[in-house]
Formats: sequence, C-alpha cells, structure tokens
Amino acid sequence: MQKRAYFGLYIVIAVLAVLPLVVPNSFYLDLAIRMAINAVIVLGLNLLIGFAGQISLGHAGFLGIGAYASAVLPTHFGWHPLLAMGAGAAITGLLAAVLARPIFKLKGQYLAMATLGLGIIINIAIRNEAAWTGGPDGMPVPAMGLMGFELTSDKHWYWVVALMLSVSVWASINLIDSPFGRALRALHGSEVASQVVGVDVVRYKVAIFVMSAVFASLMGSITAHYVGFVTPNLADFFHSIELVTMVVIGGMASVYGSLIGAVLLTALPQALATFEGWETVAFGAILMVCMIFMPKGLVPTLAAKFGKGD
Amino acid sequence: MALLDVNKLSIHFGGVKAVQEVSFSIDAGIVYAVIGPNGAGKTTLFNLITGVYKPTSGEIRLDGESIGGKSPNELATRGVARTFQNLQICMNMSAIENVMVGAHLRLDRNLLKAALRLPTLTRRDAEMRVEAAELMRFVGLEKYIEARADAMPYGALKRLEIARALAMKPRLIFLDEPAAGLNPKETIEVDELIRKVADSGITVVLVEHDMKMVMNLSDRILVLDYGKKLAEGTGEEVRRNPDVIAAYLGAHA
Repeated sequence: MQKRAYFGLYIVIAVLAVLPLVVPNSFYLDLAIRMAINAVIVLGLNLLIGFAGQISLGHAGFLGIGAYASAVLPTHFGWHPLLAMGAGAAITGLLAAVLARPIFKLKGQYLAMATLGLGIIINIAIRNEAAWTGGPDGMPVPAMGLMGFELTSDKHWYWVVALMLSVSVWASINLIDSPFGRALRALHGSEVASQVVGVDVVRYKVAIFVMSAVFASLMGSITAHYVGFVTPNLADFFHSIELVTMVVIGGMASVYGSLIGAVLLTALPQALATFEGWETVAFGAILMVCMIFMPKGLVPTLAAKFGKGD
Repeated sequence: MALLDVNKLSIHFGGVKAVQEVSFSIDAGIVYAVIGPNGAGKTTLFNLITGVYKPTSGEIRLDGESIGGKSPNELATRGVARTFQNLQICMNMSAIENVMVGAHLRLDRNLLKAALRLPTLTRRDAEMRVEAAELMRFVGLEKYIEARADAMPYGALKRLEIARALAMKPRLIFLDEPAAGLNPKETIEVDELIRKVADSGITVVLVEHDMKMVMNLSDRILVLDYGKKLAEGTGEEVRRNPDVIAAYLGAHA
C-alpha cells in the first residue's frame, strides 16, 4: 500500500511540474491554481471526514478566518502578510481547539449541526463587522511579499501552491500510515475498540479537527492574497458544502480522491458554462449520478474496479 | 493481594438493575470464567470493569488502585485488554493494521513526527509490523497476514480481536464469548489459544456459554443470574451448587 501511495505522489509532482508548460493561456493557469488550493483544503478535510469519520459543515468559516486575517491585519494594522497569515492560522487553531472539546462530544447529525452553526456564526461576524471587513461588499487584500519580492504573477503563485500541494500530499500519506493515522482510522472503524486499546478518542478528534481547520485557514490566506480581494462568500455555508462534496465525490478516506474531487468540482462549473442557465441543474445531475453509481467516490470505486485498492 | 478486586458493584439502567452488588476477586495468573444464563449481566459486568459503563455504586480495584469509572483508554494504560462479544473490528483497515492498533500505547503517537516521516518513528513502526505478524501467527492467522479485515471469515475475526488485545501486552485480558458462533473444531482451537495466552502469564477473564470450554480452562468460576452473584468457586464447587443447578435447569426442578 505504501509503495503505491508514494508512486501516486511522484505522478502528482510530475503533473504539477509539467502543467504550466502545457496550459494554453492564463485562464487555465488560474484554474489550476484554484484547483490546487481547493485540493489542499479538501485533503485536510478528508483526513477529518474520510479517515477519522467526523463531519464538519463549517470549514469555510475557518477559510474565512484565514482570508480575513490576511486582509484585515495588513490593511488596518500594517502587519506583514506572512505574519498575518500565521496569526490567522493561530487564531483558527485556537478557536477550533477550544470549541472542538464540547463539539466532539456530539456524533452524527448533531455534530453536523454544531459545525454548521460554527461556520454560520463566523460568516455572520465577517458580514456584520463592516468597519473592519467591508461587510458584504468585501475588501481588497494587499499583495504578499517575501523580502522585497512581491508575489504578483500567476506563475509565481502557481509554484507556491504546487509546492504546498505536494508537501500536503506527502505529509498526508505519511500521517495515514503512522500510529497517529491508524488511531484516527480505528476510531472511525470502531470507536469502542479504539478506546479499549488506549486511544483517547476525543483528543484525536480534536487534533485532526484543529489540523484540518488550520489547513483551511492557511489556504484561505493564500486565496485572499492570490485573488487580491475577499468577500464573505468565501466563508459561507455553500462553500462549506462544496468542500464536503469534493471529499465525497473524490472518495472518502482517499488521498488521491481528495485531489480528483477538488480538480473535478473546481473545473465542472467552467466546463458547464456552455449550458447557459442550466449549469446548476447539470451540476446537480452529475453529482447525483456520481453518488448513485459510485457511492464510495471516484477513486476508491475505480481502484476497486481495476483491482488495485488504495 | 488479588490482581482485581470487585466489591459490591452495581449498575442500574433506569429501573433495570443489570448488575447488583456483585463482589469477587481474581488472583494474578489464573483463568477466571463468568457464566450465567442469557441476560444475567455478564457482558454488562465486563463493560463495567473495562470502563465502557460507569458503575452506579461499588468499587473496582486493580492492584489496589481504584479504577471504577475510569475510561477504557485510561484502563488500557494500566494493562487491561478486552475482546467483544459482537465483533469490534475496524473494517476500514487491513488485518495486520488492526493488530498494530492494539500496540497504540507502545508506539510514538506524535502527529508532527508522523507527518514528517521521521526515521525513528518509521523504524519502530516497521518493527511493530513484524511483531504484529508474529502475533497473528500465534493466534493461528498466518493465512491472513496480508488480508483486508473485511475479507476475513467470522472465526478468523474472533482471533484477530485476541491478537489485537495481545498487542497491548496486557496484564489482564477480558474475553467476551470467544467461542460464540464457532464450529466445534474452531472452538477447540480457541480453547487451545486461550490456554497458550494464560500460559504466557496473562490473567484471563472469560465469559463463555460453552460449558466444556469453561470447565476445561477455568481455575475459578463466577455464576451470575439476574445480575446477582449466584455462586463462585472452582468448577467442581460450582457444578455441585444447588442454586446453580436450579438456575440452569429451572427453579421448579
């Protein structure tokens, strides 16, 4: 299993390396960047949902905290963007850690409701603090700079995100096949069995929740700097659902499923643009067909079909 | 001093008194069986001692330390292992990974070290994989070392649970109906396996319906009926106890 998993990593790196040479124009490069950003978020979310078996319907809220930390702190307080990004991640991590204790006493639908509420509260806070955040209109984000060098061109951003994605894939594979990762999967498989062998289940749920929230926050900051503008839509409920959909379509508990899910669902709205007015209908229909015929998600279903396993 | 001391242990679910004022003690190194008719409270007693349920009243002492109400993962750190009557196998993992999870507390569980794949951690993990394979051979699962858990037959999964519990290197192991659902040949094999486990120095506590197995293996037997202790003693003592005979053959006999 391990050898095959790392083989996949080489393919990902190869694709990421070749992609900028073959994309015909900047539109596709922009699409690739957004795919990669989503892929990192979905990877983190899949560790929580697919591997540990815990749902979060509020992850866009964490994305929002990161994005707005990167917008507000440099604009209003003159912080360095990197420092702001770190602060956003720290705030997110702290908030997730404090709230996770009571939240993860809940299970199933109740957990879904609690995380849903959390995401909505963050979104409302962003919308209502108009003096700081620009309210529903959003606000511009200063450019990200590193020692006098400003990240402005899409090419630069592409390499930054490609590196982040490669590292995330590598770290995820490592994590899954470690005592920590086994404990996560075990509490998903049988919570009581994992407890009796010594897994402190709440601690593990909290740890992976915090980790995936910090992933989301960091990528929120990246999104903010890359796009140069943030709106509360980034942190709204529909975006949370979109992220969960990417996990499910790609394949729960599958690293490469996360990537495929993120790539497909980022590209699909573009590909369906020709349907003029019917694109959301087509989008919904495709999701339904996927779930009916491949309830385990694309990658696990295809892997099983071709007898490889994940 | 006894390894495990249970004193007037009770649990009530609403009006149902599933276990009532049960007292017994288990010496280190023996095989101890808990028997009784269906619904007598055997599994509930296991769940109380292994921390899955919190007692309503009474006391449980392990090596003199009070452990009543402690969570299962805290008990695991004190060397208490168990298997389940209705299998609790992680079907989302391979067979050998299920065994490796049993060694959770013996491995480095650091998240950061794992994500960075530090050599110290991976080396230890590789050693554990070898040890887990060894344990699978010990319980007679050599055929399934490469198998996925969800592709294994029921009888093999029962042994996989025992292998997982052994991976903890426990002092005390609770086996909840290890022979339930097994055919006579498999039952004899599990019988031998439990004997091997006991011989390795682990104290075994057993719930089982197969009387031949119980009489064969156990040094002492506790009989429960309607949540109460009916009798306790060696196999011979229990077999001759009139209350036990009445409970098993019917009180009107």
